[in-house]
Amino acid sequence: MTMDATRYEDGSISYPGHPRGPGGANPAETIDLSEYTAEVITWTTSTATPPGVREPNHLAIVEFDVDGESVRAIGQLTTGDVETGDEVKPVHVDELREPGAGIREPESQDWDGYRFEPV
Amino acid sequence: MERVAIIGASMTQFGQREGEWITDLLAEAGIECLGDAGVDADDVEHLYVSNMASGEFEGQTGVPNALAHDLDAMPAYTQRIDQTSSSGGAGIYAAWQSVASGASDMTLLVGGEKMTHKTTGEATDVIASLTHRAEYKTGVTLPSFAGLTARHYLERFDAPRESLAKVASKNHKNGVDNPKAQFQKEVDVETILESPIIADPLRLYDFCPITDGSAALMLCPESVAKEYTDEYVVISGIDGATDTHVVHEREDPTIMGGVVESGKGAYEMSDLGPDDIDVAELHDMFTILEFLQMEGLGFAEHGEAWKLVEEGYTERDTGELPINTSGGLKSKGHPLGASGVAQAVEIYEQLMGEAGPRQVEAETGLCCNVGGFGNCVITTIMEAAQ
Ligand SMILES: CC(C)(COP(=O)(O)OP(=O)(O)OC[C@H]1O[C@@H](n2cnc3c(N)ncnc32)[C@H](O)[C@@H]1OP(=O)(O)O)[C@@H](O)C(=O)NCCC(=O)NCCS
Repeated sequence: MTMDATRYEDGSISYPGHPRGPGGANPAETIDLSEYTAEVITWTTSTATPPGVREPNHLAIVEFDVDGESVRAIGQLTTGDVETGDEVKPVHVDELREPGAGIREPESQDWDGYRFEPV
Repeated sequence: MERVAIIGASMTQFGQREGEWITDLLAEAGIECLGDAGVDADDVEHLYVSNMASGEFEGQTGVPNALAHDLDAMPAYTQRIDQTSSSGGAGIYAAWQSVASGASDMTLLVGGEKMTHKTTGEATDVIASLTHRAEYKTGVTLPSFAGLTARHYLERFDAPRESLAKVASKNHKNGVDNPKAQFQKEVDVETILESPIIADPLRLYDFCPITDGSAALMLCPESVAKEYTDEYVVISGIDGATDTHVVHEREDPTIMGGVVESGKGAYEMSDLGPDDIDVAELHDMFTILEFLQMEGLGFAEHGEAWKLVEEGYTERDTGELPINTSGGLKSKGHPLGASGVAQAVEIYEQLMGEAGPRQVEAETGLCCNVGGFGNCVITTIMEAAQ
């Protein structure tokens, strides 16, 4: 299992990856963010959740430092007991929400991924 | 280039419109707008419908053609405009383009959405389907983006939580005088701060509700407007812009690039700046968005909009720049495709002196319509015709 970010030819990194990077460069390689820890930039606990999503749903935007290049990601948290600035690590989850319970075609994307757990 | 005029406007009752569906709502606003403008359906050359998701909400597609038939406006050219929550603003831009380009001498724009037959969860999911796969699978919703951004803003700029509540309280107060608003009740700051948490730190009253409704505008070249009326409004500036699809990829979570860029374009076209605006309708889908737009449009310095709100700068009757005199999306409601059009209906009424108890002194007004979480934005500047 990997949490794939994309490094572009100009050195910038994004999660998720895109056909062109933030500076217009082509993708060069993937980087597995699950091997890094990250810092919580901000977080929320959502109580009005859509079908197939846990309630409450703890979410955070976190920032990874990949050899001096920062890259942000959004993800679920394992707990609502966090603060901005906390260090978290990605832990794999087979199903982040129930495929097919919501409007999105279940086959159109994958549903496993990572939750962030305070270190 | 000849200026583009608005010669008629209408808005249905916003709220829960039980038993009425998208085509009913669009027809109601469309007929009222034709009447307000004094234009025959036969004379409509282009007919635009702003709507995000009638297929997903109701299983009804092809709504522009349905509306043309219901209004007996055939053979008018029709087109549907979906730009999520900013479909209404995008519709104004499309209607403006149709007239400015000379393609149409009479364009009717009708925006509408039917949502309340769905549960909150289902409606939230239809809206969240605009997100990237990597976002969608986390269960993130538009309200959760607001919670994430609000916490960051409050912590970074040391702004008090109450300042957001004051936005909601102000807009609820303005909504009391809008008979078409979904909510016409005052809500005090304490009640807001004690209401149920929806996306921490934001609570029930920090959010717009889920709404059914429709609104419409009639646009034509200024020379044609003069054949119909002496009093009308002109669109003196308009522009649209996008920001990243993936929200966390923005360099600064408190800056909405689409607001900044579309604002710049609209100011440039109108030869006006933030100081020239007398009244504004901002997309307060979530209270924090009123701050981000005030800053992005140059009404406040970055990180300081909350101070102006605390000082009463944006109050309707006493403030220097009344914001959301209609009650905003907060109390008027947010039928997705209708909202951008309804913002312009409010500014039109303000500039025409037809806003009744909500009337402020204004020659120039601005509306900013935000799609997604700032993913696409339209800013429109309107002036009373001289
Ligand atoms: C805020 C929100 C989650 C509340 O939904 P909910 O918890 O299911 O609330 P309900 O519909 O059960 O309503 C409960 C009560 O609160 C009121 N209410 C609902 N939403 C409200 C709002 N936003 N502001 C004020 N009151 C509201 C209802 O009228 C009802 O009052 P009543 O008990 O007196 O009849 C929902 O309105 C929402 O998702 N809003 C945001 C919509 C959105 O994201 N729009 C588009 C973004 S692009």
